[in-house]
Amino acid sequence: MNDAQTLAVEVTAIEQVTPLIKHFKLGSADGGALPAFSGGSHIIVVMRGALRMHRNPYSLLSSPRDLDHYEIGVRRMEESRGGSHFMHDRVHVGSRLEIAHPVNLFGLDKIARKHVLIAGGIGITPFLAQIEDLHGAAVPYELHYSVRSPEHAAFLSRLREREGERLKMYYDSEGQAIDFDGLLSNQPLGTHVYVCGPAGLIDRVVATAKACGWPGSHIHWEQFSAPPVGDAFEVFLARAKLTVHVPPDQSLLESIEAAGVEVPYLCRGGVCGFCQTRVLELDGELVHNDHFLSDADKAQGKNIMPCVSRARCKHLVLDL
Amino acid sequence: MKAIFKPHETFRDDFSFCNSGQAIRRFPLPFPEDEYMYSVNIEPHVSGPKGSVVEFAFDVDEHYVAECRERELVLAAEPLRFQALPHMLSAQWDCLELIMESLARDYPAHFSLAKLGNRWHWINRPLGLDQQFIFGDVDTLPRQPLDYIGRQAQGDFVVMDQRENDLWTEAGVVTTQADWSLDFDMGMTFKEWHGPVPLAHEMQVFDRALKYLLNLRLGQPVRRLNWTMTIHPRLDTSPENYPKWGPDRTTVTAQNAGDLVHLRVELQGLWRLPRSNAIVFGIRCYLISMRELATVPKWARRVHRVLKNLHPALVDYKGLTRYRDAVVEWLAPYDDGTPTTPGTAPE
Repeated sequence: MNDAQTLAVEVTAIEQVTPLIKHFKLGSADGGALPAFSGGSHIIVVMRGALRMHRNPYSLLSSPRDLDHYEIGVRRMEESRGGSHFMHDRVHVGSRLEIAHPVNLFGLDKIARKHVLIAGGIGITPFLAQIEDLHGAAVPYELHYSVRSPEHAAFLSRLREREGERLKMYYDSEGQAIDFDGLLSNQPLGTHVYVCGPAGLIDRVVATAKACGWPGSHIHWEQFSAPPVGDAFEVFLARAKLTVHVPPDQSLLESIEAAGVEVPYLCRGGVCGFCQTRVLELDGELVHNDHFLSDADKAQGKNIMPCVSRARCKHLVLDL
Repeated sequence: MKAIFKPHETFRDDFSFCNSGQAIRRFPLPFPEDEYMYSVNIEPHVSGPKGSVVEFAFDVDEHYVAECRERELVLAAEPLRFQALPHMLSAQWDCLELIMESLARDYPAHFSLAKLGNRWHWINRPLGLDQQFIFGDVDTLPRQPLDYIGRQAQGDFVVMDQRENDLWTEAGVVTTQADWSLDFDMGMTFKEWHGPVPLAHEMQVFDRALKYLLNLRLGQPVRRLNWTMTIHPRLDTSPENYPKWGPDRTTVTAQNAGDLVHLRVELQGLWRLPRSNAIVFGIRCYLISMRELATVPKWARRVHRVLKNLHPALVDYKGLTRYRDAVVEWLAPYDDGTPTTPGTAPE
């Protein structure tokens, strides 16, 4: 995408729903309806700070049937590069923001016989929209929601009211943990499992499902990586004939954009592969942080996802 | 285009279809150069020049009423030309919304759409339809949503569900197809559907196209042109009816090719659908006879050269084997060897 396609929205309500999570309601700046979307979609929020621009992906948690508002939940990241702090500290009711059209990289499988949804912490957000799609449908589903402690259980009252028995809560503080083996070893054929949350949770679910013999096509996960910080490095863009400095707390993609070069992207979280860029020359090593390239691709070092990946190198030339 | 409809023209029996001078000038010639080979020739489906076939999302031209009538005839005889698997219902509604909103916005003289929440009121003046219904409630429409709106649009529509990193052909209304069958292709993946296409698989055209389409964005549709040739202005060249139209190929001579042989161009558009996350693939067919085409000197020279040098595998795949030489011979007097200007504009 590029910014020509963004929508102008206004923040209409903000609520601190847990010590770390704020809930934002966004309405179209012109008062009209927002574009329709499907559960599991995310938007990119463009934040124009004084010194730099952030573009962060957030899952839509509101009902796909309510197009008067979009709702997102933003967790304050301790090691934030600025995006979540911007949302928490600088955005108020009435603030104007730009967002990109919704994109769904975490859709429900439409021919599944059953859905098992597993959320950890802020990973609950895409499921809040999906259960709106699932609610009237005939396909059974269950929702497992794991949080640190009761005070961290965002959107719990809304979920309880809507889901009743289908919702199972797990509190770390009370020693409760999801029994992954029990859950995944005893599901009917045609069940799909979806997991969103911290990397450890995703890894456990994926590994357990595979060990239980689930086909890969029935295991779905989404995790937006924030671009990790790293050492500063320089990159030469072969087509633009431009050298770009990448500081420790800015991603390669952000640095390239700041230099005025457009790179096509969708998720900015290492998931979709859209910003994949060819590496032409490298003296050093790539630091791959994405979930898109295979291990073999990563080892080859011919391509990089500039949204989350970096380099430790003396010299790097990209095909841009 | 200010469409003055020609409601009585036919695409069967007496084949009274023809193009007005204006329709010829806006014909979407698919050959920007004097030779043709596949490419992933996808571009954003943004509004093109005024009066062109890509001025609007869905082009409504002088053949609108006649084409809708032809579609009714095909669907009445062969109801399986419309099919939709049960999980594609939300995608059907997405399609109905996309087409109704586009037509009402782009052709307010012909179509209008009023909404009060989920209560919609649709008026199609050229076809004399006035329908009030509840968006999302199938029982309030006379037919399933895609069947209903598909009968009011020119061109075919195939709806693909997206899952397992692939696109699955799982709904459609298809009556103006170039020798392929929705009934046969239902449930296929993207590459299975395109299995018969020669050369392109080896060129990895479908790997790249699929990857591109999986990331197709809401609000950013894309388009491309494809082409083949058809004897008579026959829209419905289906495999099911091959005995009706296949033998026409044996009747072409260098004397009658100008009137019998038509260039058949598909304007293909692809839209991401919002509620279903499916993709609708619109395939709009334009027909032009060689005699009509030859009224544009540049096009006659170019099509003559393209056909003369076309790769043998493509000649075969496009079904031109029996009559290509006759068409080339018919066009030859129009090609004096003068270079053609780049691009597809008439001159």
